[in-house]
Formats: sequence, structure tokens, C-alpha cells
Amino acid sequence: MGLIVAAGSRRCNQQDYNDRMAAMDAVYTRESLDGLDVAHTSPPPGQFPYTRGLRPDGYHGKLWTMRQFAGFGTPEDTNRRYRALLAAGGTGLSVAFDLPTLMGRDPDHPLALGEVGRCGVSVVSLADMEALFEGIDLATVSTSMTINSPAPMLLAMYLAVAERQGVPWTALRGTIQNDILKEFIAQKEFIYPPGPSMRLVTDIVAFCTDAVPKWNTISISGYHIREAGATAAQELAFTLRDGIEYVQHAVDAGLQVDRFAPRLSFFFNAHNDLLEEVAKYRAARRIWAHVMRERFGARDPRSWQLRFHAQTAGVSLTAQQPWNNVVRTAVQALAAVLGGAQSLHTNALDEALALPTEPAALLALRTQQILAHETGVADVVDPLGGSYCIERLTADLEREAHRHFDAIDAMGGMVAAIEAGYPQREIAETAYRDQQAVEAGARTIVGVNAFADPGHEPVNTLYIDAASEQAQRAGLDRLRRERDGARVEATLAALKSAAIGRENTMPPLLDAVRAYATVGEMCDALREVWGEYEEVPII
Amino acid sequence: MNSRIRVVIAKPGLDGHDRGAKVIARALRDAGMEVIYTGLRQTPEQIVTAALQEDADVIGLSILSGAHMHICPRIVELLREQHLDDVRVVVGGIIPDADVPKLNALGITGVFQPGTPMQEIVEFIRVQVRGDAVAKVE
Repeated sequence: MGLIVAAGSRRCNQQDYNDRMAAMDAVYTRESLDGLDVAHTSPPPGQFPYTRGLRPDGYHGKLWTMRQFAGFGTPEDTNRRYRALLAAGGTGLSVAFDLPTLMGRDPDHPLALGEVGRCGVSVVSLADMEALFEGIDLATVSTSMTINSPAPMLLAMYLAVAERQGVPWTALRGTIQNDILKEFIAQKEFIYPPGPSMRLVTDIVAFCTDAVPKWNTISISGYHIREAGATAAQELAFTLRDGIEYVQHAVDAGLQVDRFAPRLSFFFNAHNDLLEEVAKYRAARRIWAHVMRERFGARDPRSWQLRFHAQTAGVSLTAQQPWNNVVRTAVQALAAVLGGAQSLHTNALDEALALPTEPAALLALRTQQILAHETGVADVVDPLGGSYCIERLTADLEREAHRHFDAIDAMGGMVAAIEAGYPQREIAETAYRDQQAVEAGARTIVGVNAFADPGHEPVNTLYIDAASEQAQRAGLDRLRRERDGARVEATLAALKSAAIGRENTMPPLLDAVRAYATVGEMCDALREVWGEYEEVPII
Repeated sequence: MNSRIRVVIAKPGLDGHDRGAKVIARALRDAGMEVIYTGLRQTPEQIVTAALQEDADVIGLSILSGAHMHICPRIVELLREQHLDDVRVVVGGIIPDADVPKLNALGITGVFQPGTPMQEIVEFIRVQVRGDAVAKVE
């Protein structure tokens, strides 16, 4: 703030701003494609390797799912927001859990102080999950749950709610994020060491492949990697290499690749650089198709097809002049649509300040509806395909991803690379360079380091009071008094013995959930077996 | 006067988003300060203990989760109990405007909201520590 820089020529500034893997050319021509066989690498949509999209008819058959990530306060608070989003034309739900839930801590744990219901909804036991989906038919809605270390516990709760609603598991549609590798790399919401963490991921994959066949078992996420500071190329490379790691672990556990791979999905950032982002999504589809067919020998085309959710870039939002965020979000969402996203979340204008208010969240949804129904961009499949610029960028990003794959393979895989700090160091480096570029004025942020407006106009923000925390603690006390304590103890003991052995942890978790064991209790049971992971920070 | 300013950078609470903490740790280090980064998920007790052991001039807290009004008062209270009142506490992160005067009233001398340049934080800490040090000599 206070640093006001006149906007100079972006082309010149780009010279010393090394965020992108390669500076853009001022113009792209036929010669830009020298050495590329575009007819072969980018055939019509619906054809391997799906660079131009998975379906020949793009969004004509089905628009993307407008899935707004939401959660705050108590389950009752969030249930009201979900009903409002569905009533307003939202087509899927996406659960944001609070930090204690994400970290497997009950609301009365000392580290939960001040955090209950603040960054998401607090879900402590099956009773809370029932309240969260009260009046929402799980047979018709598709639900995404952003949860990683405690993913098996929360998935078990969702399955138990379906049982109580009389909805068969085979009818359930949705996604559990269940992507622990990007937690070690970027978002840092890990509990257990990498080995047992990967086993929990694989347990979900194995369990759902048989029992919940329409469920997306991992949402392999670049979003958080990008938010932590990665470039588009790093986001692409680390995310797909994480995907390779999960497939390898599942294959090593004895699963047949074509049985589980069709239910893997991806989650990418939609950032400011529109052309580079479109190229990133196209490169992702192409790389994954080849990896699955050639590296893993998958034969089912559905195993080759990379489906992805996109979210606009939270890190691009500014607290200064927050209305500008509506424009940023619209352009980022356009990139995701031009790139063929299956599902999209648009951020609200006030999210650099707080969780969104309901009017702000609605405006974000309306942004998607305007893109879908007014602009015509959904009418043409991969409309930028064949552009000299886009095809060149797609090929460059693909090459850069393979360079990272080679480095990570040489280290012995992604778990080994994480233990050696490789992706963390790469990301920390670009994050620092990016901040330096902003301060030197080499990267312009409107309203922050250029076109600043000292007396910024405040917007109303959502205020989460301490009542949610008190309510959740009181609910927990009541639960502990009313449930069958002996049954809880027995199911937790069974969970521990499954963890010590090699049996899938999902069935004993379902028993514990049905007995109303809490997220904290179930996670603690596994902490006793596996211990907790402590990272060596890399700056 | 010649000794380097010592800063403990800490991430209290359960949040793991450490981009800001790491960027500022590196900026302070590049500005010639001695920086100790505690790592993630530190309790107020652990942070104050680190400040004591490291003979810190400044504690820098990175809080994005909204729990700052719960965490900051506890840290200030613990510093007083340990007679570490001369350790400056600054906080950066997602802090609503309305909470800035409340944090200042607690004795949190610097509150840095989103978009603050690193250089502004570096200068603030220099003035706080060196400015006061000069005053003491006089």
C-alpha cells in the first residue's frame, strides 16, 4: 500500500519477471508451430489424447457443473446456504470444512480455540452430517467434499447419511478430495506420515471402486499448489505427477488400473493469464491420456480421460478495491470454460477479506450463469484450438511437465521428492520471486501497486461469531452423554487393529461413524497407531 | 546496535497456509535480520517459549484463519507473564479493518493486511527495534 507504480509496457516488464516458464512472443505465426504435428497432437474433440476436450459436442450435451464451495459455522448455518445455492440454480454442492475438522480435532481441543466454524463448517459426528444434508436428497445432488487427512472419516459419514435417507451407495455421485500429496507439498493439512497417509488414500479408492462406483475417489489438486506460489507449469507438472503416484500406489496394492482410474478426477486453478491457463488445461488432458495408456497400460478410454474441476484464483483477489475481484473472477472463469472444465467454482468479491456473504456468493454464481447462457462461449468446443499461440503454449507446457516428471522419477517418485523437499523448494522460490516482482512493479496488480485508491470503500463482510464454537462444544458434550460409549470404544479398537494390519479401514470407520464416534476420536485412534507427521520447513 | 535484529516468525493455530509466513521470513532475512521460523501449528505457549529461547526482538505472527482475536491476546498475556514486554509483536494476514484498533490496543504494534509490501514490514520492524534502542541509549 502506498507503492504507486505507473503501468509500463507489459512486454518490457516481462523481461525481468520470470514467473512464466517462457516469455510470450508478441505474435504467433505458422512458424511458431515448427516441429509440432498439431493434427496428431490436437485431433478433434473426443479423440485421443483429448487435447481439445473429452466430448465431441463439448458443452452441448451438458454444461459444466456450477459448484460453489461453501461452509461456515454450524451444520445448520451451512445447510441454509446450500438450500439457497440450489434454489438459485447451483447444480452441485461443495463442502468447506473448518480447520478443526480438516485437522481431525474435536471442537474442545486446545488447538481448535477460535477456529470452530470459522473457515468452514464444523462437522464433529454423524449427527452434524445429518444436519448438514437435512432436506437435501443425496440421490439427486452431487456433492464434493474438500477433506484430505480425515477423508475416510467424512466419506463414511456421508455414506451413513445416505443409508439413513434410504439412498443406495451405488446411486451416490460426488467427489472426495482425498489428495494428501498436495497437502505435503502446499496446503499443509496433513496428520499422518506419508506412508500411512497414502494407504488411507488407496483404501478409499479400493472401497469405492466396489461399493460406491459413481464416486470420484480422488480429486488430484493443483489448485493449492498454484495458490502456494507455483507457476502454471509447476502446477501442471506436480499435479499430474501426484496423479501418477496415486495410480502407482493403487496398482501396487493389487487394483486393476481400468477398474479405478475412470473415477480419478482433477482440480486446477483458473488464474489470471487467460491464454496460458487455456493451454494448461489442454496440456493436462493430453499428458494424462498418454500417461495412462502408455505408462500404466490402461485400455478403457475412460481411464485416459482427464476430467477436472476448476476454481478461480483466490490468491489473485485483492482486499483493496474489492469490486475489481468480480472482473478478475469472470476472466478466470472464462479461461476454465474455454479450457473445457467439467465443473467450476467462482470466488466471491469479498474473499480476500472473509468468507463470502450470501449476496457476494450469489453474484459469483451469476457470473457463471452469464458466461454459460449469454456469452456464447459454451457453444463451440475448444474454440481456441488451432491457434498458433495456444497450440505452441500447450506444447511448451507439456514439455515442461515432462521435465519435472523426469526429475521426480529420478528421485524415486513423488513421495521421495516431497521428503527431499523438491516441489516445496520450487514453489517457495517462485512465491518469493513473484512477491519481489510485485514490489518492483514488474507485475501490476490493479488497485494494489498501480491505480491505488487511498480511501478504499469498505464492503460488508460475513462475521462468524463465537456462538458457533459454543454450540458445537455444547453439542459434543451432549453427544458424549447420550451415545453408547462402550460401542464407540469397541469400534475405535476395531479401527486400530485394522490400521495395524492391512485390512481396509473403511468398514471399521463406517462402524465407528454409525456409533457416533467423533472425527477427533477416529483420527486420534489412528494417531496412536501411526503418529503425526512433522515437516522440515523449507523457506 | 550492531547486532542483527532477531525475529521469530510463527504460524499459530491449525492453518497450514504458509506462503506469506515463508515469503516474509525470507524478506526479513534478505534485509539482514536473523529469522527463526517456528513452522506450523504452534500454540501461543510454544511461540513465547521460542521468543524467549531465541532472545527475539520481534514476534511475527501469520494468521489467515480469522482466529487472531483469540490467539493474539493470549500471546501478549504470556509475554507479560514471562517479563518479555519489550518483545514487539506484529501480525500479518487476513485481518478485518475493524480488528486493527483492537489489536493495537492489545499492544500489537504492527498489523499488516493483504497487499502490504514486504519492504514496508522490513522498515516498520527496523524503526520499531532500532528506534527504541536509540531512545534507550539516550
